[in-house]
Amino acid sequence: MAARALTAMQQGLQGCETCGLLSHPAPGEEEGRCPRCGDALEFRKRASIQRAWAFLVAAAICYVPANVLPVLTTTTAAGTDSDTILQGVVLLWSPTGWPLSLIVLVASIMIPSAKILALGYLLLAVQRGSAKSNEQRTRLYRTVEFIGRWSMVDVFVDTFTAALVQLQPLMSVEPGPGLIFFAAVVVLTMLAVEAFDPRLIWDAASAMEAQNA
Amino acid sequence: MSLQVPDEHYNQAVADVSLIACPHCDLLQRLPNLASAASARCPRCNQELWRRREDSLNRTLALAVTAAVLYLIANTVPMLGLTVVGRGASTTVIGGALHLWQNGQATVGLLVLFTAVVAPALQITLMLAIVLGTRLTPAPKWTGTLLRHHGTTQTWSMIEVMMLGVLVALVKIADYATVIPGTALFVLGALIGVLAAMQASFEPREVWERIEWAKPPGSGGQLTGRILRGG
Repeated sequence: MAARALTAMQQGLQGCETCGLLSHPAPGEEEGRCPRCGDALEFRKRASIQRAWAFLVAAAICYVPANVLPVLTTTTAAGTDSDTILQGVVLLWSPTGWPLSLIVLVASIMIPSAKILALGYLLLAVQRGSAKSNEQRTRLYRTVEFIGRWSMVDVFVDTFTAALVQLQPLMSVEPGPGLIFFAAVVVLTMLAVEAFDPRLIWDAASAMEAQNA
Repeated sequence: MSLQVPDEHYNQAVADVSLIACPHCDLLQRLPNLASAASARCPRCNQELWRRREDSLNRTLALAVTAAVLYLIANTVPMLGLTVVGRGASTTVIGGALHLWQNGQATVGLLVLFTAVVAPALQITLMLAIVLGTRLTPAPKWTGTLLRHHGTTQTWSMIEVMMLGVLVALVKIADYATVIPGTALFVLGALIGVLAAMQASFEPREVWERIEWAKPPGSGGQLTGRILRGG
């Protein structure tokens, strides 16, 4: 076999995303079903870029109220106090509590924004047909895919704080209006990651290799 | 190009079953035969293509049964409690979601219920059904259908994330009340480990090799005999 790399699509073959079986579409047809597991087959995920952008833009929009609106409202005898995510990080910061504060800072503020930026960068790179540093881009995609779920941490923190601290009239904690936007950012970025087809990252490079050969 | 795929419209499998396409970069390559516990990676994008696991079906079954037992305990006993000036309160995992539901945050409540309760339950039950179904020869088609959805339940099952969230909440509350970690907290810790081991011991290729094909390739001639391996 020559050193030239070929993709399944260039050979007219489709790898099944569910069971991995490689198969030929019937002549003249592009979309059939996998003969082994029966899943619908495509060369690339359908409308991957459009769908990923749609989820990503929606996530970016929700990101603003998620950070501006309070996620927790604390009522004590002294009055009512509302905290946004960033204020929650500041409140946790203390000589002994700083590691937890750091966890929330990374999971709730850095990961969501890094995810939105990273996916935007990958989408732009694919749309521009860039064929450089594909290995790093694939690694970036896998990192975003792996790390994304951890930004749900703050949703769980607020859920269980509110469920437990119900000591009326002494003190009670309720979830704030920002929580739903924050949860939406996490879910929408996870859906964007799922819509994005990492094989697109390599398509420009594969086309160039085929041309040069 | 039609949007609807007719049900009887199937692709034709390639004759050489060791030929695969990398799921992350679509590179065509031949999968080598692996020794036990060895793994194969894509030479172009470094994606792990296959890791050979020993005795996958039995180990996965044992771990899935363990996970089911731990799951039932974790969701029936209190997870967190607190006392402050003589008053106490406690909550379970479902109680947390329920509180959001009752306090005007129904959507977030449902999300918490789904990621911390429903998705893990599906992850465990689907896995049990898959490994039990694969014991039949050939493995019935529904095991493949369940396996297709199993990935989704795995993505949305977030017990380990919840655990971190609970620990942060615990430290936050500890500032003004005495926090009592409940039994469920420790059971959940064990469940996280068992679930990770269950996923790690599971070998999807074994299911696909034994499954009854949606469209048996007998007519074309290729692959005949190969699919009945293990029968």
